[in-house]
This record gives sequence, C-alpha cells and structure tokens, in this order.
Amino acid sequence: MSETVIKCESVYKIFGENAKKMLEESNGNVDAKTFQEKGCIVGVNNASFEVAKGEMLVVMGLSGSGKSTLLRCISRLTDATGGKIFIEGQDLLELNNKELIELRRNKMGMVFQSFALLPHKTVVENIAFPLQIKGTNTEDSINRAMEMVKLVGLDGRENYFPRELSGGQQQRVGIARSLAVEPDIWFLDEPFSALDPLIRKEMQDEFLRLQEKLQKTIMFITHDFDEALKLADRIAIMKDGIIEQLDTPAKIVLNPATEYVRKFTEEVPREKVLIIEDVMDASSKDNLGDLKVSKDEIIENVAEKILTQEKLVGVVDSNNNIVGSIKPSKIIDTVFGGRKNGS
Amino acid sequence: MEYLKKYPKLFQWLFLLIVFFALCFAIDVPETYKFIRGQAEFVKDPNQSVYFFLGKEVRYYAFDVFWRLPPLLGWLPIWINDSLFFLMNEWMPMEFWNEDTQEFKTRPLLLEISRNLTSFMTFLIELIREILLGGLETIVAFTSWDFIDAYPWLELPGLPWTIVAAGAAILSYKLSGKGLALFAGLTMIYISIFGQWKPSMQTLSFILVAAPLSFIFGLGLGIAAYKSKRVEKALYPILLVMQTMPQYAVLVPALVLFGVGDHAAVIITMVVAVPPMILLTILGLRAIPPEVIEAGRMSGCTNWQLMFKVLIPTARRDILIGVNQVIMVCFSMAVISAFIGAKGLGFNLLLALNQLNIGLALEAGLCISLIAILLDKMSLAWANKQTDYFGNLSFYQRNKNVIFFAASFVIGIILAYVGTFIFKGSFNYLFEIPHNKGISTADFWNKGVDWIFDTFFVYIKAFNTWLIQDVLQPMRALYLRMPAVATLVLAVGAGYLIGGIRSALVVAALTLFIALSPWWDRALVTLYMATFGVVISCLIGFTVGTLCFQNKKSAAFMLGVCDIFQTFPSFVYLIPVMMLFGITDTSVLIAVIVYATIPATRYTIEGLRSVPVGLHEAATMSGVNKFQRLTKIEFPLAFPHMMLGLNQTIVFALFMVIIGAFIGTEDLGQYILKALSDKNGAGIGLTLGICVAFIGLIFDNLIRTWVEKRKKHLGIA
Repeated sequence: MSETVIKCESVYKIFGENAKKMLEESNGNVDAKTFQEKGCIVGVNNASFEVAKGEMLVVMGLSGSGKSTLLRCISRLTDATGGKIFIEGQDLLELNNKELIELRRNKMGMVFQSFALLPHKTVVENIAFPLQIKGTNTEDSINRAMEMVKLVGLDGRENYFPRELSGGQQQRVGIARSLAVEPDIWFLDEPFSALDPLIRKEMQDEFLRLQEKLQKTIMFITHDFDEALKLADRIAIMKDGIIEQLDTPAKIVLNPATEYVRKFTEEVPREKVLIIEDVMDASSKDNLGDLKVSKDEIIENVAEKILTQEKLVGVVDSNNNIVGSIKPSKIIDTVFGGRKNGS
Repeated sequence: MEYLKKYPKLFQWLFLLIVFFALCFAIDVPETYKFIRGQAEFVKDPNQSVYFFLGKEVRYYAFDVFWRLPPLLGWLPIWINDSLFFLMNEWMPMEFWNEDTQEFKTRPLLLEISRNLTSFMTFLIELIREILLGGLETIVAFTSWDFIDAYPWLELPGLPWTIVAAGAAILSYKLSGKGLALFAGLTMIYISIFGQWKPSMQTLSFILVAAPLSFIFGLGLGIAAYKSKRVEKALYPILLVMQTMPQYAVLVPALVLFGVGDHAAVIITMVVAVPPMILLTILGLRAIPPEVIEAGRMSGCTNWQLMFKVLIPTARRDILIGVNQVIMVCFSMAVISAFIGAKGLGFNLLLALNQLNIGLALEAGLCISLIAILLDKMSLAWANKQTDYFGNLSFYQRNKNVIFFAASFVIGIILAYVGTFIFKGSFNYLFEIPHNKGISTADFWNKGVDWIFDTFFVYIKAFNTWLIQDVLQPMRALYLRMPAVATLVLAVGAGYLIGGIRSALVVAALTLFIALSPWWDRALVTLYMATFGVVISCLIGFTVGTLCFQNKKSAAFMLGVCDIFQTFPSFVYLIPVMMLFGITDTSVLIAVIVYATIPATRYTIEGLRSVPVGLHEAATMSGVNKFQRLTKIEFPLAFPHMMLGLNQTIVFALFMVIIGAFIGTEDLGQYILKALSDKNGAGIGLTLGICVAFIGLIFDNLIRTWVEKRKKHLGIA
C-alpha cells in the first residue's frame, strides 16, 4: 500500500460534561451504557484505521452509529475527546487555529448531506467562495469556479441561485465547491442521501467518473450498504460508535465479522460484488478446461460462460499465469447456496 | 359530574370567574373613592395618608386594602429621579481638559460622557444636514468661528433639491430598477413642490444617523448574544420590557441625560430601535442550519470571515426584517421625538395637529410615510443586490450611474444658477423651495374636513355620543369598579390555569408592581381602552383575514396592504380620525382599532396559510365542504398562530392608546405626556412606561405560554 494520508489511533468522541475525565478513568474500555447512565453519550468508540493516498474509504452505518461524528473528528469540526489523528503525518489535534485554517484552505474539501450552499450567493459565487476566503482575487477565483462549473456539468446555470436548482444540481454545486481549492483529502457526508433514487444513481456514476480523473483520498459516509459496495475500496461498518468491521467489499460479503454485519450482507447480490479471485480454489491447477478467466473479473460478468463448462475453469492473473481454478458448481453455490448458512 | 370529568379546564375557569365576581360584589366601593383627574387634586388634601421611605415622602388616599392597594412603590419614581440627578451632577467628579478655556475643569463623569456623546451626535447630524441644506456648523467644528468670519465663502451652500432628487432616483435605479427610481423621483419632487423640503431633509439627516447606528449596535449586540449565553441572559429581560414599553416613556429620562435637541432624539431612537434589531439578529443566526456553518469552517473561514461572509448573509432574511423594523421605529420616533426638540417633519406634524390644521398635518404625514417607504425599499434592494461577473461591460456601462449623477449635479447647479435670474428678488425655486411657499393642498383638505363636519355633524355627533355614553363610559366604570384584590385573583388564577405555578408567579409579580404603583386607576383606564380596541380589532382582523384567505390573490393583496400600513409612523393614524371625530376618546379608539387591526389581519392570514397542504387534501378527500374545512381543520390548527397575532394586537393597541394621550385621554399616557414638561418627570415617565410595558408583558406571558402548550399538543411546535 502506498503512503498513509489519514491515520486514526483509538479515537474517542464522547459528548457530555465530564467526558474527558470519564474517558481517562475508563482506561480505554468505554461502555456506552455505563457512560449513558452518567449523562454522557458515546459518539465514536475507539476508532483506529488508516486511509492510503488515492483510496476511498466508505464509512457505513445507520443513523446514530457515529459515522458523521467520526468524520467531523477527522475534519476537526468537533474536537475528539481522546486518541490521535494524523493527516499526512501531522498531528491534527496539535494544530492551532491558524494552522487548522491553512490545512482546510489547501488540503481539505467537504460535501454535505443537505448541500449547505450559501443561499445569498449564485452557483459560481458559491463555488468561488473557498477561493475568495483564501484571498484569491475575484477574477482568478471566478475563472477557476467556471472550470469547476463545467467539470460538474452545470454550464449555463452559473448565475442561478441555489433555490432555483434541483437537489441533484445543488449537490453538484456542493461537490464543485469542495473541489475548487484542489484539496488532497475529500470528505463526503452522505452526499447523495437526500436525492431521489434515479438521481442518486446518476450522481454515483458521476462521482466515480470524477474520482477516476482526480484520484483523491476520500472518506465517504453513507447509510446505504449498496452505495458503499458500489463505491468503496474499503468499507468500515459502524454501530454504536464502534467500527464493527473494516475491509474490502468482497471480504465483508464473504466473511462478515459480526452478526450485525452479516445482516447487511444477506440481501446483497454476491455475483455483483465478488470477483473470481474471492471464490477460486488456489490449490488445484490441474485438469483445466479450455476456458480461462481473469481473477479480477466480477462473477456476474463471467458466470454464464463458466456455467456452460463441464471441466474446471482456469483462473489467470494479469500476466496470464495460472493462479487457480474454479468449478462451475462453485458459481452456483456462491450465487444461490451460500446465503442461507451465512458462509 | 360527567361534564366535570370531561372538561376539567372549563370548570376551573368557571370557578375562577365565580370567585372573581364574588369578590367584586363582596367588596363595596368606599364612599370616599373617586377617580383622580389631575395631580393638582393630590397636593393639598388634608385627608391624605403619608409615609416615608428612603427619605422620600409619599402621599396617597388610603382605602381598604381589598379595594385599592396602598402605593408602596410610590417612592420609586422620586428615587429614580434623585438617583439620575445624583449620577448626572455629583457622581465621580473628574478632571477634564477643556479645549475652549485651555484648562482642566472638574466635572462629574456621566455629565462629561453625556456631553461628548451629545456633541458627537450633533456633529454627525449637522454634517448630513448641511450637505443637504447648507450651513456652517461642520466647517466651524473643524476650524473656529474666527476662521469662518475670515473666509465666509466656506459656508456650505447645500445641494439644490434637483440634485438630491436626481441622486435618489439614480441610486434607486442602481439598486433596484426603473420602478423604484420613478417612485424615488416622484417622492422627492412631491416633497419639494409642496414646500416640505427643509423639514424633510432635517428629518432625513436625523434618520440617516439614527438608522445606521441602530443597525450597527443591534447587529453587534445580537452577535454578542449569539456567541455568549451570558450576554443573552443579561440582555433578554431588557429586550422584553423594551418591546412593550411605549416610546413616549423613554423620552423623559433622555431629556434629563441628554437635554433637548436632535442628538437626544437620535440617542433615544437608538434605545427604541436597537432591541428589535437584536432579537431578530439572534433569531436569524439561531436558525442557520449547522451544516452551513460547517461548510464555512471547511472552506477555511476565520471566525471573522465566518461571521460576516457566511452567518450574517445566511441569516439575511431575519436581519432584513430587523432593518425594516429599525427604519420604521426611526420614522415613528422622528415624530415622537419632536416633543424633545427634534426638528423636521415631526415637529411640523405635531404643530399642525395642535392647531387642528388637518390639511397641513396630512401633507407632513404623507411626506414621512413616503420617505419611510422609499428608504425601506432601498435598503431591501441593497441587500438583494447581485454582481454581474460576465457582463464584459465597457467603461461607460460600468460607470453610467456615476456619470449620470455627475451630469445631473452639473445641470442642477446650472439650473439653480439660472434660477437666481428668473426669480430675482423672490425665492429661488430651482434651488430650494422654502417651507410653506410651495403648493399646498391644506386648504382643500381643511375645507373638506369642515364640509364633512358641517354635513355629517349630526350623525357623527350622535354616533359619538352614543358610543361614549352607552358603551365607553359604562365599560370604563366597570373596569374601575374592580377591587384590586379581585383583579389580582383573576390575573394570577389565569396565569396558574394556563402555565402553572411559574406563570402565576410571573403574572403576580407584574400585576403587583402596577397595583403598588400610584397609578392603578390610570392603568385600569388604559386597560379598558386597550381592551375595547383589541376586541374590535380582532373581530375585524380575524374576519377580514379569513375572508381574504379564501383566495390566494386577495390574501397576497391584503398582506401587501398590511405592509404598507405598517410603514406609516403611528402618529399619522391620528390625522384622519381627528378629521372625523375631533378631540374625543372616539378618535383615539378608532386610531387604536385601525392600527391594531394590522397584526390581527396579518397573523390570521399567515396562520391559515401555514396549515399543511396535505391536511387540506386529506380534508377534501373526506368530503368536507369549505365551511367545515375552515371550522374543523384550518381554525384549530391556525389558532395558536392567530393568538400570537392577538399578542401583537395588544402591544400595538397599548402603543396607540398611549400615543392617544396627545389627543387627550385619562390613562397612563396622559401622565407620561405630563412628565415631559415636569422637571422631576424622568422617574415618573420611566415608571409609567414600565407599568404600560408590564400590562403588555402580562398578556404576552399568558398568550405565549398557552400557544407553546397548544402547539406541542397539536405537534406543530
């Protein structure tokens, strides 16, 4: 894995008056219930993880699971109660106000669930806002904002006010604004949750297209498991402030760590998530048939071809070396069988 | 028994009323009791009781405590007065450097502060006034009288009215467009050719100082309260009282602290205009979605940038309502502060009203209203202004407004110069049309009033007599007939039934303050007039509001009408009623009714509008007809909001009743007016003002508590 951009070491966020003191006394064993009895609410409980450069980490959880709080700790919109957060090796909690503002002006961009556009500014003014805050002159900032308008496909609407735009269009403005300063780190807090399903799908595709082009380091918050599977390099599933499991989509679907995670994976169409490598048998490489498939193919795309075979199908890597094999019956197992017994 | 269980509240209320009336009948009017008409009756009566407190002598007529409580707070006005004098004239003497005599002089701190504030305000007002009208005070302020004697040409000549009119039109065009420009131009021309130029510009210079200062202070304090809970807690009670305090009442203390003149008027206007600005600023800032604030932070805003580039613009809607309020208060104070020597339209208006010259009063009132509307619209347009980044405008296009103004400036001066030849020996009408030398329609109006009076005298008089003799007098007598204990029981009981112990205690404290002041009878008269006004206003307002709501267009139209009526300074309402009913209680009450109907109507329409569309559809699908929908669904849901309207109606009515003292009433307002010309009036005026404010606050507390409960009950909090 390449260099680490975001690093969290047992981050806690506890709301309440004596939160800090209580956390110190608990020696890192935070139990939500005992804390609640004493009037404190646990938002984030012992979160440790790393996000690498160019990686997209999706944090998934239901409402109240602490996912937004975690994001706000890392963007330091709220101060974490305990633990350490490093952004490109810099200790975030040690930064003074001025350094923090510098960091946000140059390194971070954030997109919000309810768009959070400034109602008194037009599309282009909204997008130019972070630049103008930085001190860029009007002409340069407006020119740069116009580039962003084109990037998110809002040309011709640059002089509209947010209230004159649809939800999807407003979020395009939000995305453009967060990208205007060319940040390295991109935070997205349920950006598509307030949108209609059709628009949401469109925006997700658009988002993937953008990410392919920009290769940002991303933390993406969602409550939609399907969205997480579709977008994520890795998924962190949160419940009651605790990260239940953090892994690639395929591994989560194949090996849910807890009962809670398994419930989410039950309804997931595996053939759309898993790749051949996840289900192949790496030990047997003999008696192969004629058909060979790449280990990186998603099962859905090759299932039909494999199912027509009677012999074992060879699995190859990118250099065309055989790395394993797969039985046609294994495909049927994966798609239909495995669901009931949860393996 | 079944009914008792079904409607427990109803029976509690019934019980309260029974106790109230029982007390009323049980306690007889003492034989010696009479309504005290004037303070003169008070002074030399040997039958009075006397007590001393804090070294102050309080004289009063003693009655049975059940009938009237003794004025145990009677020392308060005197004490406030003495304290003010002490603070002004004796407290903290310090050495101050005197520029004129070139030596140190000992002066009390507060006096020195007051003097400095005064000269600063006077300077600001004079500066603007002299740009508009000409003069030499400003130049003198920077130099000296000797200097101006040596160079007399330095005296500012003032702008010809043509230039000011053109400037107003061009500025309006830049801010909003042709419509407003036309309105601005016509307003200015009207003012000029009707000979109101000088007083109008005097008023304008007063407003142009008072309004921005009020805005800045209000915004600043609002921000401080938003940022710090402690500041908010300290400000809140003051704001609450100031909201219901009649503007008259603050005049008197200002008189003591700052003397007579425009500067005192500006300061007092700020005292009145800042509280609503603070409240609306807090309201607006509180309503900002947290994500917008986070978006600002993530854009890398410093605290300063966050406040001025994100928070305030986002809260713009409420802050603009605040600006609108500030402007309205400034204009109504422009009239009221004429009592303490502010020059301008207000002074002319009062003078004309005093002389019963309705025509002149009407013209001055119209000027005030027009300027008020103009400034209101201009401030609104300014806040909504947009920048065009992509126009690729030429130099001419970008600067055309400046060029036009420069051109009209030159033309205006040429015209004024030419005018000196045309109007040789008389007034230069192209420079400034002197007061009362313009066209005047006053005669026409006065004749009209006379004609109305002559023609309808019999009917008006009959109506007047009937109203006063058969309605108002008995009602007033009834109010005065209430024993103090019965009133207290009623008020506290209502507080308890509506809001529990907490409300009961608040109401008890407020009522007791009034009951223990020397003016309980006066407060009852104020209450009776306000009650009459409020009842009729609500009947009219709720009916009109409901009727107008039936149709979208008429509802919008009515709200527009309410907006315009609200722009008129409150004094203007006295003009037409005096036209018709002369100097009687009827006039005051009709002015009260007209004025207080505005909020009643507005809140009715708004309340009915706020009923969710889904419910409408659900009702329609259940097959209700229009009338059923109104009574079963819309009224119950809109009722809490309509009650807030009632609250506003009461405040408006109280304001007008107090202002009505100018026509001549026998309520608290009369004493406030008297306090203005009393050298010991400051304490009296302030205490009276607090009494009026407390009457308002009693109702405010009851209604708000009820509305909150009701809203929670209906789930629309």
